[in-house]
Amino acid sequence: MSMKATIRQIDSVAVVDISGRITLGEGCTQLRELIRDQLGKGNKNLLLNLADVTYIDSSGIGELVSAFTGVSKQGGSLKLLNLTKKVHDLLQITKLYTVFDVHEDEAKAISSFTKTASA
Amino acid sequence: MRSLPDPMTPDSSVVEVTLESDLKNVEVAEEITRRVAGTAGFDEDEQQRIEMAVHESMINAIWHGNQNDSSKSVWLQFKIHSDRLEIRIRDQGHGFDPSHLPDPRSDENLLNVSGRGIFLIRTFMDEFRVENLNGQGTEVTMIKRLNTGIPTKQGGTDREHESHDSTN
Repeated sequence: MSMKATIRQIDSVAVVDISGRITLGEGCTQLRELIRDQLGKGNKNLLLNLADVTYIDSSGIGELVSAFTGVSKQGGSLKLLNLTKKVHDLLQITKLYTVFDVHEDEAKAISSFTKTASA
Repeated sequence: MRSLPDPMTPDSSVVEVTLESDLKNVEVAEEITRRVAGTAGFDEDEQQRIEMAVHESMINAIWHGNQNDSSKSVWLQFKIHSDRLEIRIRDQGHGFDPSHLPDPRSDENLLNVSGRGIFLIRTFMDEFRVENLNGQGTEVTMIKRLNTGIPTKQGGTDREHESHDSTN
């Protein structure tokens, strides 16, 4: 199963519901293009909902890092929502858990963007 | 993509499969790995870690070793021993030296896009070594022990130098 993504705009935040595999090849390419599209549309507040991500590999982790740095460079912020145990463990092992702003509650995650912007 | 072979027969402790060097076959290798690791007696969490190590090795073999050339192939062998699972993955590439890879967790590398694959393999497996087959390709050997009671180490060490003879 390859990666699928749907986007919901809530206030100033684009919530991206991702499912499937974020792995080298199709999954990583799709994620890269999605981030590029959103930045192109001026959406700089991105919340990636990873609840239904079934598999992520080292390339997928790299793609998340690339998305994070790319969005930050544009003056925006990219946050993660609903990590599966597998993704959570991988971010811990690679020491990336502290790099990303990780949330478990969508409403709180969305309001955190406003706080970040007004801080 | 070839059809999935029946990975285990009641008497066998060795599974071998040769796959076309195509990224779509990574999932085939994962499926075989799950079934073999389950047969070997690993629990679900361990099966997932072993599967991920095979996934990363397959990516290295197909993408880096065989340069994404689908006319080449990747050979896999799984050996179930009483105390461990030994996995060999061989490509037709020119090899690599895993002993001087930077630590992806260090501050200067933390935001790098690549460089975590071998680290994850080392983290998830008990032994990892790479052998250059003198122009015949590169063979990676990974070993996971069953119920050793020894805590799994974190990756980033030169564990390929700690490997033991496992050719029995």
